[in-house]
Amino acid sequence: MTGSELDVAARVVELVRRLAGPDAQAEVTVARHQLALTRFANSFIHQNVDEVGVAVRLRLHLGGRTAGGSGSLVDADGLTALVERTVAAARLAPADPAWPGLTPPTAVPPAPPTDDATAQARPEDRAERVRAFVAAVGGLEAAGYCRTSSRHEAFANSAGHSATGRSAEAAMDGIARTGTADGVARQHADHLAELDGAVLGARAAAKARAAAEPVELPPGRYEVVFEPAAVSDLLQKLAWYGFNGKRYAERQSFAEPGVAQFDPAVTLVDDPLHGSHLQFDLEGTPRRAVTLVDGGVTRAVVHDRRSAAGGASTGHAMAGSGTFGPLPHNLRLLPAPADPTTGSGHPAASRAGVPAGGSVTGAVADPDTAALVAGMARGLLVSDLWYTRVLDPKSLVVTGLTRNGVWLVEDGVPVRAVRDLRFTEAYPRAMGPGAVLGLGSAAVRQPDRTDGLWWAAPAVRLASWHFTGGASG
Amino acid sequence: MTEFDVATAAVQAALDAGARYADARVMHRRYESMSARDGTIEELTQDESLGLGVRALVGSSWGFHAVPDLSDAAARAAGRRAAAIATASARVAGPPIDLVPSAPTTASWASTCVVDPLGVALSDKGDLLVRATATIREHGADLAEGLYQIWDTAKWFVSSEGHRIDQRIRECGGGISATSIGDGETQRRSYPSYRGQYGTTGWELVTSLDLAAHAAQIAEESRALLTAPQCPAGETDLILGGEQLALQIHESVGHAIELDRILGWEAAFAGTSWLDLARLGSLRYGSELMNVTIDPTIPGALGSFGFDDEGSPAVRRDAVREGRWVGVLAGRDSAAVAGLDYGGSVRADGWSRLPMVRMTNVGLEPGPHTLDEIIDATDDGVLMDINRSWSIDDKRLNFQFGCEVGWEVKKGRRGRMLRNPTYTGIGPLFWRSMDMLSAETVSWGTPNCGKGQPGQVGHTGHPAAPARFRNVRVGVRA
Repeated sequence: MTGSELDVAARVVELVRRLAGPDAQAEVTVARHQLALTRFANSFIHQNVDEVGVAVRLRLHLGGRTAGGSGSLVDADGLTALVERTVAAARLAPADPAWPGLTPPTAVPPAPPTDDATAQARPEDRAERVRAFVAAVGGLEAAGYCRTSSRHEAFANSAGHSATGRSAEAAMDGIARTGTADGVARQHADHLAELDGAVLGARAAAKARAAAEPVELPPGRYEVVFEPAAVSDLLQKLAWYGFNGKRYAERQSFAEPGVAQFDPAVTLVDDPLHGSHLQFDLEGTPRRAVTLVDGGVTRAVVHDRRSAAGGASTGHAMAGSGTFGPLPHNLRLLPAPADPTTGSGHPAASRAGVPAGGSVTGAVADPDTAALVAGMARGLLVSDLWYTRVLDPKSLVVTGLTRNGVWLVEDGVPVRAVRDLRFTEAYPRAMGPGAVLGLGSAAVRQPDRTDGLWWAAPAVRLASWHFTGGASG
Repeated sequence: MTEFDVATAAVQAALDAGARYADARVMHRRYESMSARDGTIEELTQDESLGLGVRALVGSSWGFHAVPDLSDAAARAAGRRAAAIATASARVAGPPIDLVPSAPTTASWASTCVVDPLGVALSDKGDLLVRATATIREHGADLAEGLYQIWDTAKWFVSSEGHRIDQRIRECGGGISATSIGDGETQRRSYPSYRGQYGTTGWELVTSLDLAAHAAQIAEESRALLTAPQCPAGETDLILGGEQLALQIHESVGHAIELDRILGWEAAFAGTSWLDLARLGSLRYGSELMNVTIDPTIPGALGSFGFDDEGSPAVRRDAVREGRWVGVLAGRDSAAVAGLDYGGSVRADGWSRLPMVRMTNVGLEPGPHTLDEIIDATDDGVLMDINRSWSIDDKRLNFQFGCEVGWEVKKGRRGRMLRNPTYTGIGPLFWRSMDMLSAETVSWGTPNCGKGQPGQVGHTGHPAAPARFRNVRVGVRA
């Protein structure tokens, strides 16, 4: 790419002025993105990719009509073609009376620090973490990935607003396999150096061994302790279907601001700048933390400029949000205050993925989860959820399965590994008033499938979860 | 430089850097989508993407690198980088890798397209969606949505074994949906399917759907579903419409027969498969009515192509014959590991992503019946159609699907509408219970098949027709 991302964005704004006239309203983002992922299975690296991408996005409002265009061609001809076809599309598009206008010149907060070593990670750096993970599973089969990514992005619009930012992140996600059971360890970080393949591999292996020879349990309602990986699925679904400003406006969301819809233990904050992240959205709106649920009371949903409908955008415009709505995607379920008697909640906990003081000894891999399990007379400890799909978006009834380890707990002790179960459950109801019996004191940040998105949560103890089927159907 | 020159330069650079095999794809894609809501256009997006992806095999280890730059220098650097990444992979190396033979081919292929979908005026395409969604609102639905998508992809493939293939594949499709919002729940009806119907074809497909003509009906049905009785819970005979059966095939057959899953290469993410290669050729997958083919040669179906992204020509194969499992979806390396002699099912969703085992068109051959005959022959059951939710375990055994609509079937007659119909089961037990299959086959297109890390979105086709399954658990709810 010739010139900086901001130069290119400014060039596109100028092209719009030249080709569509001074009244055209244009907003442009230019992103240069590098994504590398080293993938392993059967205990060896079988796929290893590194892609460099450039994307120019233009949204244009012209004569009361709106169109969007994007492309990877950033030479003069490519940019001109992008502007020409977007102008042509805007002229043919129907009237857009709900056009929200451009973001005016606005102060953008400084970006969180970006780790150059992560942004410039080599394939050897990822391979060494994989090697450590594989070595740590001690003869079990290992599978998973180590991922690094970085992004440079610039925004400019014809109202005179501009911003630049950069970010970098890393993630590792792996399982150990015994032949009858899998165990998982998963972690997202701003610094590749925080990812320790040996620690994660040992944790996955211990859980896999503890999950071996599982028995089948009858379906029904069980009390549960969900580990952070499982809780992250709850956060994703609540974000997509509940705290989405467009769905809320259409009455497709369960969210009712001002109403105590959740247990008082639940506080949810979308907090993009809690990690390395761009500090503005696709419309140039500064990003900031938004409290969605405070002490169980729903407080807000998130918006882009269009869903805000004259109100304030919360900085959640993203590609496609015009259709599927603005989404929280850096959501934190705040943990319980640290308990000095257990030693959990140490600052190192969320960085290492294993709370301090935890020992890698099996089903219960850390004292944070142990404290929740210890209070459960009879229930299930669940490591992970899989293939969750929404049956009804408004009530947020979801079906899915457990994965990577389930244990029957009796009198506070995991007594048997259990085969995977299918559930059908309304997520907001399962976290409703009186339904959350405990939260861990250390949040672990879980990677999303898409880089740039993450979910941070402690382990959670819920009063009831509806398992509707077992391995036999 | 031509696109072939760029790909050739990348392959040569990878070989010079130590690769014993390399291939490269230059891809140019134009994409357009338009969505409408409640009688107005909601979003119009057009994208153009061009780049190069290079794959290198060093020893027994793979590396892949992709760049959005087609200069000679960038291509050579990408080839060297792919080889360097493969060398890094060797730090955690696996067993030796071979590739099953694929004859060096020089070829050119294009999908059939009568009406260029990108050539149709935006105003005409917009009018179609506006008219249909306005009609949905006029007939009582709270939300009306319409969508079309168009992909026009040109790709140039070169391998170090002498392949030199260019293809142009045009795909498009669209659909509409109506949502009615009740007290604490929503009901949706879609036409012709959830997300619409798609094919490797021109705009003539969308025209043939006649979206506006079906708008009123789905609006009224979505409203009626709010007060329809709940689908009863229990075991009953289940009749599935063709659209839902297409997704059933996709999830519980198509993914299960992917060889990379069977070999454990997807274990940590997409999962494995309940299928054991030792039983290929002998395992009873379903009833004798079950004949499933892997067929990328079906004209117009969404999973069709001339050559896959390893240069293997499109070939029709059996996956299940008279209920017996006989074939897999494979690539050149996975086939070699499994001791098979064919690949042909490897694709990437763009220039920046690694080619991997993907479904093509995986579907059922027609049966001997009609839907009317199936209903006539059913004393007590439920008919369900149009997918609303789907979930299946990581071995592709335990599934649960929700449909938009159900109908009671009593004494050979379709009765009242049922809301929130769901069914659940275990793949091979379910397929063994299929005792009636219609001949009314449609090749349903699925444009949103997710797989891989980084994630890729595949386009697959699924010939399917209505069928009956005995003693299925239905009516699962929270």
